[in-house]
Amino acid sequence: MKIPFIYNARSVIQRPASTAFTAVGIALVVAVFIGMLALANGFRAALARTGSDNNALVLRRGADSELSSGIDRETANLIATSPHVALAADGRPLVSPEVYVLVPLVRVGGDSNAVGNVVIRGISEKAWDVRANIHVDNGHRPASGRSEICVGTKILGRYRNTSIGDRLRFAGRNWDVVCNFSAGGSAFESEIWGENEQFMPVFRGQVFQSVSFRLKDPAAFEEAKRALEGDKRLQVDVHRESTFYVDQSKLLGDILQFLAIVITSIMAIGAVFGAVNTMYAAVAGRTPEIAVLLTLGFHPRSVLASFLVESALIAAIGGIIGCLIALPVNGFVASTTNWSNFSEIAFNFRVTPGLLLAGLIFAVVMGVAGGFFPARRAAKLPVVQALR
Amino acid sequence: MKYLPLVLANLGRHKRRTILTITSVALALFLFASLQTVVTTIANAANVGSVRRLVSTSATGIVFPLPISYANRLQAVPGIEAVTYANWFGGRYGDGRKFFGQFAIDPKSYLDMYPEISVQEDQKQAFVQERSAALVGKGLMNAFGWKLGQNVTLQGTIYPGDWTFTIRGTYTPTAASITDDMMFFHHDYLDERTGRQGLVGWYVARIDHPDRAATIAKTIDDQFKNSSYPSKTGTEQAFNASFATMWGNVSLLMGTIGMAVVFAILLVSANAMMMSARERTREVAILKTIGFGDTTLFGVVMLEAAVIAVTGAVIGLGGAKVLYKATHFSGGGFLPGFDVTGTTLALGSAVAIVLMIASGAVPAIRAARLPVISALRQVE
Repeated sequence: MKIPFIYNARSVIQRPASTAFTAVGIALVVAVFIGMLALANGFRAALARTGSDNNALVLRRGADSELSSGIDRETANLIATSPHVALAADGRPLVSPEVYVLVPLVRVGGDSNAVGNVVIRGISEKAWDVRANIHVDNGHRPASGRSEICVGTKILGRYRNTSIGDRLRFAGRNWDVVCNFSAGGSAFESEIWGENEQFMPVFRGQVFQSVSFRLKDPAAFEEAKRALEGDKRLQVDVHRESTFYVDQSKLLGDILQFLAIVITSIMAIGAVFGAVNTMYAAVAGRTPEIAVLLTLGFHPRSVLASFLVESALIAAIGGIIGCLIALPVNGFVASTTNWSNFSEIAFNFRVTPGLLLAGLIFAVVMGVAGGFFPARRAAKLPVVQALR
Repeated sequence: MKYLPLVLANLGRHKRRTILTITSVALALFLFASLQTVVTTIANAANVGSVRRLVSTSATGIVFPLPISYANRLQAVPGIEAVTYANWFGGRYGDGRKFFGQFAIDPKSYLDMYPEISVQEDQKQAFVQERSAALVGKGLMNAFGWKLGQNVTLQGTIYPGDWTFTIRGTYTPTAASITDDMMFFHHDYLDERTGRQGLVGWYVARIDHPDRAATIAKTIDDQFKNSSYPSKTGTEQAFNASFATMWGNVSLLMGTIGMAVVFAILLVSANAMMMSARERTREVAILKTIGFGDTTLFGVVMLEAAVIAVTGAVIGLGGAKVLYKATHFSGGGFLPGFDVTGTTLALGSAVAIVLMIASGAVPAIRAARLPVISALRQVE
């Protein structure tokens, strides 16, 4: 025989102050939990969207990021002529040998020492087609042979002189900003693009950092990898673009996730203690009630269940409040350095339904954990004494 | 204070609850102190490092080198006493899971420049004399279980290939700005292996007087302004600060979370305090009957809150201070000089006091104002 749920619901309303305190305590833990994981999620998602399954990225053998790679012209040309490269409608290979460097740009609203390391990517004309979902929002693409650059949407408003029509100075030259581009929330949005042949002489001379190309047959990636890595004339590693960028998020993603888990665990212990305190007090305060329930013939197991349900209910209320507190951070832009390649990247917090559900479950688990010992005490109450 | 035994007896009655509440407070303040320290470490990075050292990097960006010929030209700048240079290596050891910094340096001048990198004299000589020798921090030795004299092989990411070094020395840092998990080796060895000649990553110069830092830095940069390798020079502090600012919004985030943590635990402990007070309504009435004054009772309940808050604060804040000191925590090398500051401890204590007032005030006022007759009537 179960004790009706309404009994618990009413008991919770009976002591509004202490219920509210416990619930809000749990709510804050859940909010921090969701917020921190939304940050780690957002960062990972930005990099996960950067690469495409249909593309291959070629770096120098042993290089662990685009920054530390180097590929000469000859190698780039050999890769472009590989049979694994897809062809565009005009019959030319869909390949983009790219220059990748970091330049210090001055942030908006800081002094001239407040700089961030921004990725400058020199691309070939074909990159706009090779790369996934790049979209020029305003202006026109940089013309070949001119010092023109296109600025990612996440750079706008965060660094000086990055609006269309501005002149941005880096590497000892002036560059005209002629367009903005978006890339579906990927890490590309934190980059500045221009023509590779323009960037080569001012940065590292006659060397590219990477070569990206569209695979003729995405399923035949392994074959393309074997062919290029086995070519005696080349010293390269071939990565599937999508997995490469996901790996680039590993270091910082792990740091953020570790922080999230440590912080919320410590908070959760505190919140569970709060729930334990609340429930013990509830049991102590309702001793006669419990005794009556037992006298009426409810099984001690039912009493135990009933108190667990009550504790879980308080926690669930807290969980819902926590989700509501955390929801507004969705879409909020944060920026930090991706330590895998030292570049600054801006990305959105991502609160997903799955994350909200995890927060709720986490809350209920805290409630049940906090309610267990008090509920057991209630179930083991010596009836005769308690009725006195 | 003479009522302390009474307060302690009250706290001892519900031992479990008291311990839980104190632990919650301690955890909250421990977290608060930790998060706050992340914030202060990032903010203080500008004060970590010497003001008598200038760092010159390429103005184009962090990945660009400077010519070796600048060493002599820097030496000639008035006010500069000594010059050394270094280069980032960026190798991976084993599976590459543990990140640590490796630097190609000019051994003699670099160790003279950084007395904070303290090496035993015999090991120092051994490191300087052998071209393929490495100098490794104590922390890194322990992390990998390396021994003196052992050969270790790193995979180069920027400079391709397998690089084998012989560990000839270990160092212990004597300043917060130097972490104990770095690895140094000979710049000559890098040049020899790569065939790259005449380029270095950055220069470090010691100046005769910190007040002249800005003028000397400007002199240096003006000299190279129109060359193909322009430089950007600042104090070592500014250089460290620029790395710390790379964390971007993360530090703001930590501060925000710190506040949320404090608030959450405040609710928990205030709740516990109120409960224990509610249960003792009858006792308070009896105490009043036998002649305790309102003010005294107010004080007794407040004192109880104070004991909980102070004990929790001592455990939490003290624990954070001691733990990070003992483990030399540096956030994997990203947060050098990670140490709970006095300001953070003061802030934490302030939080504890607020906690005490917030959780003690309501029950204390209630106890003071309790109408005796009606309270005695209440059946437990």
